[in-house]
Amino acid sequence: MKDIFSSKAYLDMELLRFTTAGSVDDGKSTLIGRLLYDSKSIFEDQLDAVKRASIQKGNEHLNLALFTDGLRAEREQGITIDVAYRYFATPKRKFIIADTPGHIQYTRNMVTGASTANAAIVLIDARNGVIEQTYRHAYLASLLGIPHIIVCINKMDLMDYRQDVFLNIAGDFQKFADQVFPKTDIRFIPISALHGDNVVKPSMNMPWFNEGTLLQVLETIPISQDHDLVHPRFPVQYVIRPESDKYHDYRGYAGRVAGGFFRPGDQIIVLPSHLQSEVVSIDTFNGPLKETYPPMSITLTIKDDLDISRGDMIVSASDLPTESSYIDIMICWMNPRPPQFDVRYVLKHTTREVRCIVKEVDYVLNINTLEKITTNKTIKMNDIARVHLQTTQPLFIDPYTSNRITGSLILIDESTNETVAAGMIL
Amino acid sequence: MRIDYQLTHLNELEAEAIYVLREVASQFEHPALLFSGGKDSIVLVHLSRKAFYPAKIPFPLLHIDTGHNFMETLDFRDRLVSSLQAQLVVGSVQESIDSGRVVEEQGINASRNLLQTVTLLDTIAKNKYDAAIGGARRDEEKARAKERFFSHRDSFGQWDPKNQRPELWYLFNGKKRMGEHFRVFPISNWTEMDIWQYILAEKIDLPSIYFTHERKVFFRDGVWLAAAPFMEMKPTEKIETLQVRCRTVGDISCTGLSLSTADTVEDIIQEIAATRITERGGRYDDKRSDAAMEDRKKEGYF
Repeated sequence: MKDIFSSKAYLDMELLRFTTAGSVDDGKSTLIGRLLYDSKSIFEDQLDAVKRASIQKGNEHLNLALFTDGLRAEREQGITIDVAYRYFATPKRKFIIADTPGHIQYTRNMVTGASTANAAIVLIDARNGVIEQTYRHAYLASLLGIPHIIVCINKMDLMDYRQDVFLNIAGDFQKFADQVFPKTDIRFIPISALHGDNVVKPSMNMPWFNEGTLLQVLETIPISQDHDLVHPRFPVQYVIRPESDKYHDYRGYAGRVAGGFFRPGDQIIVLPSHLQSEVVSIDTFNGPLKETYPPMSITLTIKDDLDISRGDMIVSASDLPTESSYIDIMICWMNPRPPQFDVRYVLKHTTREVRCIVKEVDYVLNINTLEKITTNKTIKMNDIARVHLQTTQPLFIDPYTSNRITGSLILIDESTNETVAAGMIL
Repeated sequence: MRIDYQLTHLNELEAEAIYVLREVASQFEHPALLFSGGKDSIVLVHLSRKAFYPAKIPFPLLHIDTGHNFMETLDFRDRLVSSLQAQLVVGSVQESIDSGRVVEEQGINASRNLLQTVTLLDTIAKNKYDAAIGGARRDEEKARAKERFFSHRDSFGQWDPKNQRPELWYLFNGKKRMGEHFRVFPISNWTEMDIWQYILAEKIDLPSIYFTHERKVFFRDGVWLAAAPFMEMKPTEKIETLQVRCRTVGDISCTGLSLSTADTVEDIIQEIAATRITERGGRYDDKRSDAAMEDRKKEGYF
C-alpha cells in the first residue's frame, strides 16, 4: 500500500461515482463488502467488528454484507433503510459508492443515489436471469442519465460457472437495452460476490471470460465526457462584493460551471434580462484562470455593470437555453402525500427558485413493464410519470439528456418543507 | 493519464465543497462554522476562504470549548482567527456546568464529550444560528455514512435518520420552520486520505500536536491517552513519556494518541497509507457502544 501513495500519482487521480441496483437477495451488500475487502479498504478494527458479528449471527463465512451496515434499526432488522455512501481508492481512481436499499422506498432511493452517479452496477441473480425488476433498475439508471451501466451476473458459482448461462442473460438484457436506451455504454461481467470471482481478482473458475474484473472496468471506463462540454451555462449562485478598500468596486459572480467553456473575452448573455456583456476574468483564490468548465467552482467578472443576482444564468451569446414557464418533465414522486393539483409547490432548478403548479399528467409509467398508463393517472409515492408544470417565472432549461444540471429540478411542499419530487426535463 | 477537462479527484472535491459553502451563504441568514481546531475544521476554514475570495468569510467560527483542550489547539485557533480577521464565538461547556444546565460525568471514564451537545444547542439557539457548518465526513463512521449535505434538525436539535429528505443532484433544500436549523457538511465525500493530501497540496498550517512530540501518556483499553490534571486514573495505570501524535483532535479525555515519529505531512500520509486501523478507532467516545455515534447524533451532536 505504501508505494501507492508515496508518488505524486495520488494527486492525479480521478473520481468515479457509482450506484448499485439489485433486488433484495441479489447479493448487493455482499458485492460491496467484497469490493471493499479485496481492494484492502477495510481496516482491522472494522474487520474485527464484522468477524465478531458474523460469529454471533452464526454465519459460516465472514459475512461481507455486514461491512455496509449502518443504523441500529438496519442492523436489528437486517435491512437497509436509506442511501449510504462508501469510499475506497485504488492508485487509479477514488470511488464513491451510493449504496441504495433493495426494497423499501426503492425508487426514491435509487433515483437519489443515481442522480450524481457516472456509472451504475445492475446486479442479476444468475439463477433467475433477467426479471421484471432488472428492467426497472436498468430503466431508472437510464432515466437518471447514467452514462455507463455495468451488468454483473452474480452467483455464477451456483450455476457451475457456465458460459451459456452468462451469454443468455447478457443477450436478454442487451435486447431490452437496444430498445429502451440504445446510447448507454453497457458492459457485462460474470461474478460471484460471495467467493470473489471477477470482482477484484480474475476468476479461475471462468477462464472463458477475459474482459476484465469489475474493479478493472470501474478503473478504466472513460468519464471525461460525462459532463456537458458543449453548451456554456453558468447559474449565478452568490454575488461576491468584498466592500474593502483594496477591492472597492469588485463585483464577482460566484458559481459552479454547469456546461461548456468560458474564457475571458467571451460574449455572454445574462438571463432573464437578456443583456449582453463580456467575460473579463475567471477568478479563484489561487489566481485567475484562462478557461473554466464543469464542474469547477469559480467567480466570473464581466465588463458591464449589470443587475445580476442569484438565480440568474450567464450563458454564451451564441448558444441560449430554452426559456419557458411550461415545463415538460418525467417526474419521480417521493412523498406519501400524492401531488395536489390546486397547490403551489416551490421549484428549485439550478440556483433558481420559483413556484409552480402541476398542470397535467400525460401518463403514469408502469415501471416494471414500461407501459404508459393513461386510464388512471393518479400519482403515488415512488411512481414515475410524465407531467407538465406551469411556473410563475420562466426557467432556463436544457433537456436532461443533454445536461444533467440545467435539465433537473426538485419540488418542495411549502406546508411541510419536504422535498416531494424529482424532475428530469424532456 | 488523465484526459484534459477532467478534474483530479481533489479538485472535484474542492469544487463540490466550495459549491456547498456558497449554498449555505445564500440559503441561510445566520450560518456559523463549527471550529474545533482539528484538521477537518481547519480544511473547512481554508475552503471557506477560497469560496468567498476576495471577500472575507461571511460567517463566524463557533468553537464549543470543553475546557479540556490541548493548549496547542487554542493557540492555533486564536492565530488563525486573527489572520483571517474572522469573528470567533465560543460556547463554553464549563459555563453550562456552572449554570446547572448539565451535570459533569464522574469516575474513571468521565468525559465532557457528551455534554458538548447541550452547549452546542444552547449556543445555536442563543445566537439564532440557522445553519451550523461541520467538518464531519461520511467515511468516518457508519451513522455518518447516511448523512446528507444539508441535514435537517428539528426544534429540539434532533436528527431523524429514518426520515431524511431525499437529496438529489446538487439541489439542496434548506427550508425550515422557526426554531429549526440545519447542519451542513461540505466535506461529506472526503476521506481521511483526501484531507491529508489536500493539506499537503494546499500547504495548510496545522496545530503542532498532529506531528510527533514527547508527551506524558497512559494506556487504557487499547488506546494511549494524554495525562492531564483532570484525567482520573486507575491505580494500575502508569504515566510514561513517549513520542506520540494525534490522528484526530477532540477533547483531551477522548482523543487517542498514536505512537509515531511522523513530523511532516508527507510522513503522515505514508503512515496513514500503511495503517490498518480506522481514524476513529482511537476515539474513546466511539467505544461506548456500537451505536454510540448514531445515538449522540440523534440528540444533536456534531
